[in-house]
Formats: sequence, C-alpha cells, structure tokens
Amino acid sequence: MQVLMLAVQIKRDSEGRLIRVWTVGAVSPFERAGSSSFGWIRAAWRHYFALQNTTKENEQVRRENDALKLQISQLQGKAAEADRLAALLNFRQSHRDVPMIGARVIGTGAGTASLMIQLDRGERDGIRKNMGVITPDGVVGKVVESYPNASQVLLLTDKESGVGAMLADSRIQSPVGGQGEPLLVMKYVPNDDEVNPGERVITSGMDRIFPRDLPVGTVAEVKPGNPFKQIRVKPAANLERLEEVLVLLSLRPLEMKNEERPANAQPSAPSAPGSPPVARR
Amino acid sequence: MNDAFDIRGESHIEVHKFRAGAIIIATLFALVIQASFPVQFARAALLDFPLLVTIYFGLSRRNPSTGLLLGMFIGLLQDSLSGPTVPLGLYGIAKTIIGYLASSIGARLDTEHPAARFALTATFFVAHQGLIVLTRRILLAQPEPWFNMHLFVAALVNALVAVFAFLLLDRLRKN
Repeated sequence: MQVLMLAVQIKRDSEGRLIRVWTVGAVSPFERAGSSSFGWIRAAWRHYFALQNTTKENEQVRRENDALKLQISQLQGKAAEADRLAALLNFRQSHRDVPMIGARVIGTGAGTASLMIQLDRGERDGIRKNMGVITPDGVVGKVVESYPNASQVLLLTDKESGVGAMLADSRIQSPVGGQGEPLLVMKYVPNDDEVNPGERVITSGMDRIFPRDLPVGTVAEVKPGNPFKQIRVKPAANLERLEEVLVLLSLRPLEMKNEERPANAQPSAPSAPGSPPVARR
Repeated sequence: MNDAFDIRGESHIEVHKFRAGAIIIATLFALVIQASFPVQFARAALLDFPLLVTIYFGLSRRNPSTGLLLGMFIGLLQDSLSGPTVPLGLYGIAKTIIGYLASSIGARLDTEHPAARFALTATFFVAHQGLIVLTRRILLAQPEPWFNMHLFVAALVNALVAVFAFLLLDRLRKN
C-alpha cells in the first residue's frame, strides 16, 4: 500500500497534502496540549522544585556578594589610608628641615566641654606640651598634655585655641581662634582693611609654634564689626574627621624651607593669640 | 493609670540589682565609647554616654547615696579624659547632682516604661547642661549661653538613644 502511494506521489508529483492536513489537524491539538503540559511541568519544575537549589544558590551568591562588598569596603579603606599616609610622607619629605612625627588619632575628649583629640604617641616619642599639630591640609591644633604613650591635642576650633595667622594675599596679620563651632574667627582686623570671602588664611609664624605659610583656612564670611571686622574662617584641615596627623617636634620658632617673607607683611595684631591687639601702621 | 508614671510608696518600688562588675564595666565601656566613637562618626559627639549610664543606674538602683557617688565617679573620670582645658569637677559636679536626682526620682516613680525613660533622660540632659553652664559662669567666670537649638536637639537624640541603651543595660540585671 505504501509502495503504491509512493509510486502515485512520484508519478503525479504530489505530496499528499490532504492527508498531511488531516493528520496535522488531528494531531496538532494534542501536540499543543502536550507541549503546554510539558511546558507547565517544566516551568513548575524550574520555578518550584528546582527553586530549592536556586534558593540555596541565591543564599550562597548573596553571601559571596556580601563578603565581596565587605572586602571592597576594606580595600577602599586601606587605599584611602594609604593615600593619606602617602600625603603625610610627601609632606614630611618636602619639609625635611622641620622635625615632625606622624601620629594616629585614637580618641576625642570625653565630653562636649572641649574640642580635643588624643594621639597614640606621647613623651616617649618626643612629644611635649605646646607642640604644634598639623596635617598636609593645614593646622590642626597644639599639644596641651603629653603622657608617656599618648598625648592630647586641643583643636583649633576650641574656644581656648588660637594660632598666629595672616591673610595670604594682603599679608594682614591677626590671630585666628576657635569658638567651639566648626568655623574659626579671625580677630583684630580693622574695618578699614579689605578682606574678601575665599581669601586664604595662613600661619604667620609669630606664635612661635607653627612655621609660617601653613594653611589655616579660607575666609568664609566677612562682616563689619566694632571695632574690628567679624571674619569667619573655614579650617583648611578637616578637623571633624582626623585620622593621622603630624606633630612638629620642636618648641623653638620654626622656619619652613621654601618660605620667603614678603616685604609688604603688615602686622595687624599681636604676635601670640590671646594677647591684646596692637595698633597697626 | 499608666504604670510608668504611677506614683507609689517607696516600699512598692523594686530595687534592681546587677551582676558583679556590671556597673564598673558599663561605666568604663561608656567612657571608652564616648572617647573613641566620634573619631569614626563626628556626629556621635552629640551623645553623652557617661550621662546615660549615670541616669540609668541612678534610676535602677534607686539609692540616692549610690547615685550620687556613681555620678561623682563617672563625672570625674570624664573630666580627667577631657583634657586640661576642662577643670576636674566640671562634669563631676553636674553628674553628682544628676546621679542624686535620678536615684531620688527612681525611688518614687516607676521608670521602666520607654516613654518615662525618654522624658526623664531629656530632662536630665537639659539639667546636666544647665549645671555645666552654671558652674562655668559662677565658678569659672566663663560666659556660656544657657540655651540653644543644639542643646534641644542633643537632648532629644540622647533621650532616643537612651531608650534603646537602657534596654541593653536591663540585660545586666540579676532579677
């Protein structure tokens, strides 16, 4: 029968379309149903039974992800620390003539009554009271107490803190002190003198603690006052987030290697912070 | 009536006892946290953990003598850790008085409810700062403002932290 059919198809060049249509028409609904059923079963298997493993895999991947995030965070922290230490090292190398030692901040004052930090180095490392503390960004404060293995530093923002400073452009000298707030104040600048926001404030070296030309901050706000201008200064060093600092290991007046005192330096204030103002000119 | 604010006779108020060394360890831990936490989180300087410990043990022990001595001990330790610009006794005086007040109030009120703890801590915080300003003005001749927004915010933040910190400290109780 089949040979006969083959012969007919070859002879008439027919593909037996009618038979195929019938067959396909009859079988395809079952195929479709079978396929749907199989798809449903496969989907059920994938999305339900196999989920048990997927859940486990998910947990594992999540754990790995968390571990990797932690690792990245640690590496970022180490990279940031390395950058900070590199900056300190560069600063030290560029100021080899000034004896200084690096120290890590290990604590703060145990209260809000004073703005203070504690360092992990003390008398045994040569740190003494009244030594200056800086970062490559700028002035931090001065050592107020030194113990064998630790020392306490009064931050520039404390009410009792101060530094001999001057305006970088006009070279007007005046002490800068803290107020217990994030911003510092520049005292004793007469109303006649022109001071503009954004102007850099640097150390004058007149306090005999800090070398000249170290950054103290930038002028944030200027208001006329009586008898002196009210100048608020944003500290150059990030005093709210200190991790490593440099202690200037000298109680003698320091001079920076690359400094050059300009002829137009105008003393506008006393040499040491906290002293009464002196008339300028 | 709310039990937390129920005024009762002293004989009905439970005096809590703590595990051996709990007060000393909690005190030292509070001081270490106070000194080291702001290095990592500058905003944490707003908190006064030694004060929270003083208030908690004052309220729990309910013995004015104990509260007074504990406040003095914690305050003097805090003074000695605050550097030479803070004279010994500044925090000592304030915390001695707060320790006494907390234990006196604890002997009269049931202070176990979080709302009571929140309100009392905020009040004690403001009183503590007031005592510091008073000491600075009268004994040290240092002008200090009595009140600012920072104090108000700090009082609320400390009171909120106290509610959770006190729950942790409750675990150190014997009973």
